[in-house]
Amino acid sequence: MATVSDPILEVVHLTMRFGGLVAVDDISFQAEREEITAIIGPNGAGKTTVFNCLTGFYKPTVGMIRMRRRGGDTFLLERLPDDAINKLAGVARTFQNIRLFSGMTVLENLLVAQHHKLMDASGFTVGGILGLPGYRRAERAAIEKAKFWLDKVGLIERADDAAGDLPYGAQRRLEIARAMCTDPELLCLDEPAAGLNPRESAELNELLLDIRETQKSSILLIEHDMGVVMEVSDRIVVLDYGELIADGTPEEVRADPKVIAAYLGVEDEEVEEVEREIS
Amino acid sequence: MSVEADKGHVEIAAGGRGVQLAGRLKKAAITAFVVLLLCIPMVAFRTVDAQDGLALVTRWDMVATLVAIAFAGQFLWDVLRESATASTAAGQVGKPVGRALGSLLPYLGAGMIVFAVALPFMPFSDRYIMDLAVLVLTYVMLAWGLNIVVGLAGLLDLGYVAFYAVGAYSYALLAQHYGFSFWICLPLAGMLAAFWGIILGFPVLRLRGDYLAIVTLAFGEIIRIVLLNWYEFTGGPDGLSSIPRPDFFGLEFKRFGENTFHGFFGIEYSSLHRIVFLYYLILILALITNVVTIRLRRLPIGRAWEAMREDEIACKSLGISVVKTKLTAFAIGAMFGGFAGSFFATKQGFISPESFTFLESAIILAIVVLGGMGSQIGVAIAAVALIGGLEWLRDLDFLKQIFGQDFDPKQWRMVFFGALMVLVMVWRPRGFIGSRKPTVALGERKAIGSDLVKEGHG
Amino acid sequence: MEYFVQQLINGITLGSIYGLIAIGYSMVYGIIGMINFAHGDIFMVGAFISLIFILLLAAVGASSIALLVLILLVVLALALALTSVWGFVVERIAYRPLRGSFRLAPLISAIGMSLFLQNLVQIIQGARVKPLPPLVPGGYTIMESANGFTVQLSNMQILIVVATVALMAIFTYIITQTSLGRAQRACEQDRTMAALTGVNVDLTISLTFVIGAALASVAGMMFLLYYGVIDFYIGFLAGIKAFTAAVLGGIGSLPGAMLGGLIIGLIEVFWSAYFSVEYKDVAAFSILAIVLIFMPSGLLGKPEIEKV
Repeated sequence: MATVSDPILEVVHLTMRFGGLVAVDDISFQAEREEITAIIGPNGAGKTTVFNCLTGFYKPTVGMIRMRRRGGDTFLLERLPDDAINKLAGVARTFQNIRLFSGMTVLENLLVAQHHKLMDASGFTVGGILGLPGYRRAERAAIEKAKFWLDKVGLIERADDAAGDLPYGAQRRLEIARAMCTDPELLCLDEPAAGLNPRESAELNELLLDIRETQKSSILLIEHDMGVVMEVSDRIVVLDYGELIADGTPEEVRADPKVIAAYLGVEDEEVEEVEREIS
Repeated sequence: MSVEADKGHVEIAAGGRGVQLAGRLKKAAITAFVVLLLCIPMVAFRTVDAQDGLALVTRWDMVATLVAIAFAGQFLWDVLRESATASTAAGQVGKPVGRALGSLLPYLGAGMIVFAVALPFMPFSDRYIMDLAVLVLTYVMLAWGLNIVVGLAGLLDLGYVAFYAVGAYSYALLAQHYGFSFWICLPLAGMLAAFWGIILGFPVLRLRGDYLAIVTLAFGEIIRIVLLNWYEFTGGPDGLSSIPRPDFFGLEFKRFGENTFHGFFGIEYSSLHRIVFLYYLILILALITNVVTIRLRRLPIGRAWEAMREDEIACKSLGISVVKTKLTAFAIGAMFGGFAGSFFATKQGFISPESFTFLESAIILAIVVLGGMGSQIGVAIAAVALIGGLEWLRDLDFLKQIFGQDFDPKQWRMVFFGALMVLVMVWRPRGFIGSRKPTVALGERKAIGSDLVKEGHG
Repeated sequence: MEYFVQQLINGITLGSIYGLIAIGYSMVYGIIGMINFAHGDIFMVGAFISLIFILLLAAVGASSIALLVLILLVVLALALALTSVWGFVVERIAYRPLRGSFRLAPLISAIGMSLFLQNLVQIIQGARVKPLPPLVPGGYTIMESANGFTVQLSNMQILIVVATVALMAIFTYIITQTSLGRAQRACEQDRTMAALTGVNVDLTISLTFVIGAALASVAGMMFLLYYGVIDFYIGFLAGIKAFTAAVLGGIGSLPGAMLGGLIIGLIEVFWSAYFSVEYKDVAAFSILAIVLIFMPSGLLGKPEIEKV
């Protein structure tokens, strides 16, 4: 599928230093629009650090992260304040340790995600207090959208339950639904398959592919579960010890000796030997 | 075999009860001993003023009484706690009562409002009751205002009294210098308080939990000290007096005059008229606070407050500006505090920094926490219980019989109040109301238990 | 110049007292993450207990210096022991049941306990201030200016600083060398894990409160002897300032608490001397606010990072 490259995200010479520790060392890669890009690598490789730089939780020591939106707007993510990354740049994320609003219902969680539209419709709250109809219409539309996503992730039955009451797998799906309610162009998922059993992982794969096809969102995900990664990714970026060691299609990456060495934990000197052994 | 086992069982049981009794006695003795240590020297010796310095008066009788109470109390407590019948009774009564009360809550709210509206017309409503009712409602309004900051947004504010003070002093100064009427000063005072809410909220945006509490406490104290010392502007410790009293749309509540209230309506003059008017005024103000809060909870800003309380980082990732959300909470909470302050100023006719101490902030916060979970009705009940209880403790003459003739109940109010705060928190850490009601539902709204709802870190 | 030196001496003395109280705040916050609102009132109780024993043992008008020293040591020991009991009981009643509970409950409980203690003492000892004639006489004149201003260093001031240094040495030893110190640090890091590895968490926390109360009682006795007058309200203000000191120095750090105490003491004395006395508390509160806003980990503390 040789198409013209249309990157939605460009990571350029990204470096993150914490004092003396270099967590991420001069990484550059691109994520294509309407594709699923996976970032993989052994533990401690720097994957979540990259995510955190992308979504505004860390400020990179060096480097640029360029987000190109559909209309042509370009944003430098490392310069934006953290809430602007979702609002202006259209980037949404989920978290390694699920961060739901556990004391609010499933439905409420999804309504919070649609904050800005509702805020505008409420006339910055004043109209809402006075009970003007514009807000009520907007709230009904927001609820419809929430129902749409609840249907997609199979949680419509539990819309009125507390988010904290849901089983683990359901909470993960809710987090994704909540992120999608912000209508993002780029969805960043931090280990979405962690703790899921094989059936749930398969459902996750379907969900991600569906999001790519119907919502036309691009997806960037960190994942350890190779079943998910190989199944859904269009492109895989491999990190090890903060460095980028491979970047290509799943087939390319699967056969890359450097990747194999990284996962097997082979010393640098022995890489050549491993390469010979494999080929 | 079984007979032997039975005999052994009986022996163990008998021995067991004996052992149990000994154990309980020992525990009671230890508690009594600890109380004895606490009492020496604080209770045993009282320092009194004497001719050239201080002298000591011994009070071993007091010590003996306290030690005895401690011994008996600990023993009884153990007996009750470990008694089989007591615990099953508690369980059988407790849960259904709790559930029944829970289902009554919506009716309770309506009932309380009806009672409040009808109160001035009840036969027992004399001057004292009306004054008490006005006091209670003032605290209810303040607690509802603070509830927005603490209960909904999860921002631990220990300096809320500052906004109360800003409202009161703004009203007094505006009325004195510009001669505005109450109805103009009230919104202005509220706006000034909201403005200060933003000013004081801005520096504390990144603070969490206890640190936020301490800094807001510091701000509250700074404002009080400035009010106390800035003589030229605020009158210092003398405060501001001759604050214009409210009128009923131009009709004054005076005995003599051209436009008097009683004259217009053709009734006998009574000092009760002004009080009843003030009562309905604070009732309306409080109800406005309540209605606005309930509406705000259903609006995006209210949901953003609660979401922020649950998880600030998740909020940011959804594009919600935590800065704006926090400042809005501070501003609106402060605004209602300011309204209450204006009311206070016009009710008293005189204000001084003494009314705006940290203790007030603590009481208002205690009411919010005791009420539980950002619940409007919980806060109202807690205010009635706490403030009403505090008043009731004023005249506890019967306690003189226990503690002796020179026992002055007035001084013991705050001791009981402090002890009550500790006891209620130990018993019910999340407050009376143990659940949160969602603001929207596809089907039926189901209450969410307190174990799931976060209380916020600021 | 001479005036400056005098303020310096006064500030260090006051700062030592604040530091001793601050250590209690710092240790408790380090181990269970709560601000012990009632700690300042424990300091006040310590001052009262010292007062009562001083009167009881007729220290006023003691016939010789040796006798006075003996009496004061006995008073110190008694005050230390009994104030510790108060500290222990407060933790047991108001905080232990709420451990692991939500944030607000222990805070309200602590505020309630603070109110309770203040008003209890007000009732059982009376609301009036309690004066005590100066017991530790004498001092040295160390400098004299041209226009006759003398810089005095009183024996009481020396006593306070010496006592503080000694106590710091003892408690630093306890914290770093003994198993109690290790247990404390374990509880600070991860209470559940500490319990699983055999640390008696309840006992460790109780001892932390006891140590804090003991230090506060020494501070209380020093305060009484130095200023010669106490009342039931000194706990609130001293408590806020000592907490400011603890935060300034870095919560969880003992040398930080002492350092913070010295700084706060110096600032308070210099502010009163060179600017205005009425607003000296505003200075303390403002410093608290500024430190917490801009430097929440304080001077010697470790910054807290939240994992995303």
